Amino acid sequence: MSALAKGLAQDGEQPLLTVRDVSRYYGARLGCRDISFDLWPGEVLGIVGESGSGKSTLLNCLSGKLEPSGGEVVYETRHEGPLDVYRASEARRRLLLRTDWGFVHQNPRDGLRMAVSAGANVGERLMAVGDRHYGNIRAAATDWLGRVEIAADRLDDRPTAFSGGMQQRLQIARVLVTKPRLVFMDEPTGGLDVSVQARLLDLLRGLVRDLGLAAIVVTHDLAVVRLLAHRLLVMKDGEVVEHGLTDRVLDDPQHPYTQLLVSSVLPP
Amino acid sequence: MTRLDDRAGPSEIGVAGYNFAYLDEQTKRMIRRTILKAVAIPGYQVAFGSREMPLAYGWGTGGMQITAAIVGSDDTLKVIDQGADDTTNAVSIRRFFNRTAGVAMTERTAAASVIQTRHRIPETPLRDDQILVYQVPMPEPLRYLEPRETETQKMHALSEYGVMHVKLYEDIARHGRITTSYDYPVLVNGRYVMAPSPIPKFDNPKMDRMPALQLFGAGREKRIYAVPPYTPVKSLDFEDHPFSIDRQPQNCDLCGSHESFLDEIVTDDAGGRLYVCSDTDYCRERREAGGVMSRSAAE
Repeated sequence: MSALAKGLAQDGEQPLLTVRDVSRYYGARLGCRDISFDLWPGEVLGIVGESGSGKSTLLNCLSGKLEPSGGEVVYETRHEGPLDVYRASEARRRLLLRTDWGFVHQNPRDGLRMAVSAGANVGERLMAVGDRHYGNIRAAATDWLGRVEIAADRLDDRPTAFSGGMQQRLQIARVLVTKPRLVFMDEPTGGLDVSVQARLLDLLRGLVRDLGLAAIVVTHDLAVVRLLAHRLLVMKDGEVVEHGLTDRVLDDPQHPYTQLLVSSVLPP
Repeated sequence: MTRLDDRAGPSEIGVAGYNFAYLDEQTKRMIRRTILKAVAIPGYQVAFGSREMPLAYGWGTGGMQITAAIVGSDDTLKVIDQGADDTTNAVSIRRFFNRTAGVAMTERTAAASVIQTRHRIPETPLRDDQILVYQVPMPEPLRYLEPRETETQKMHALSEYGVMHVKLYEDIARHGRITTSYDYPVLVNGRYVMAPSPIPKFDNPKMDRMPALQLFGAGREKRIYAVPPYTPVKSLDFEDHPFSIDRQPQNCDLCGSHESFLDEIVTDDAGGRLYVCSDTDYCRERREAGGVMSRSAAE
């Protein structure tokens, strides 16, 4: 797999995220088992599989939210070298989560503060890292609303007054305002109708390209990964059954399960 | 009830069958240990085994337990509610300690060694031989933004206080200025964000480096916290929207003070209003010292 990934990386570059033998058990039940891969800067990795295949468990393990039962997740920090996410102090891990990393939830209500305005939602991460200038915070929030195509006059509206697609875009703005290097997305287009999905994917693709973001996108929607992801992991029963470049996996699936998955997509 | 400044010995006034100051000695020791810990970590909320008091929660059971634990027979107690010595809460708590401890009572801020307060800090500056005990309904400043107790504890432990500014941001975005006017969050000793109990933000600057020891008791929430003498207490704000206090444009109609926090009293149904100091002791002392003649007297 690294051989594949190296094609995208430049010489002398370190992987952004190194995942080795990550397993997670819920008691005797398996969440995910022996997952290993490298994620390179600027790369988008898709994780697909059916419900219950361990996608979300893996994503939570990778993003510092759920301690794995075994294995390690090492993140290459900007200035301090590699950091073992689960051996670092909780304070360090939480700092990472609200600065260098971002998490986009499937349901925007999980990622937004519904009781405060859109501006405060976008500004929260700035305030969390010590920004104490109201004018600057507001200017950054206005700028980011523009980038995710939300009109500036909605800055002081609460997310409850937004449509589902706008809430999702607001959530993305809120995450990206601290210029993270790595974003985790859990079904970012789930629950949106297809035209809104298409616009959101378009927006995400533009942002990922412009900002040089690395991203890990969990979805069961193969159309989403085809558009967004460079590489693909296919999961079944907690294990990775196939991996490779997205086009290769989708156009020439090797594993029977992947073949089933690809052939199950309804033609429009 | 006898006049407040009538002093009566414990034997005459203590209620038979009850310990001095109502609580048993073991409980008082537990509360004193909690207070010591709270003083050692300024602004940190220390859990304690709050007892049932013969008063409903919300009537100052936390403050009463602290007062009961620290008051001694040679202390002089003052109890205020919204700055006044003669409001319901103040009268009932004073009567409680008068009957169970028989300690000396006073209305004069300067004469008190322990002052239990609800919603105000006295106007008269406090000294380092005095203790101010606050009644706190809601000790957790992060609660409105983060409902989970485990999470707020973690946020305190890791100094993750950015979310406090989200509330202030929201005020400015909606109203053009910070409209939080009471229970205004403060940073104690540069470390812990603390709810100063529902005092008006007018009183916040008085907490900063106050010579008196400040103790906060929340009975229902079972928390005690403290600000030791001369500890820096900073009200949270933005660089371009600095903390400021609201000062009423009026002067007190009784004593003429333009320094103190005023209560507005509606006097009739034709728009008549009276502005008076909420700190009744401060107002009375100024009048007795021959301050400005009251408006009602002049009429």
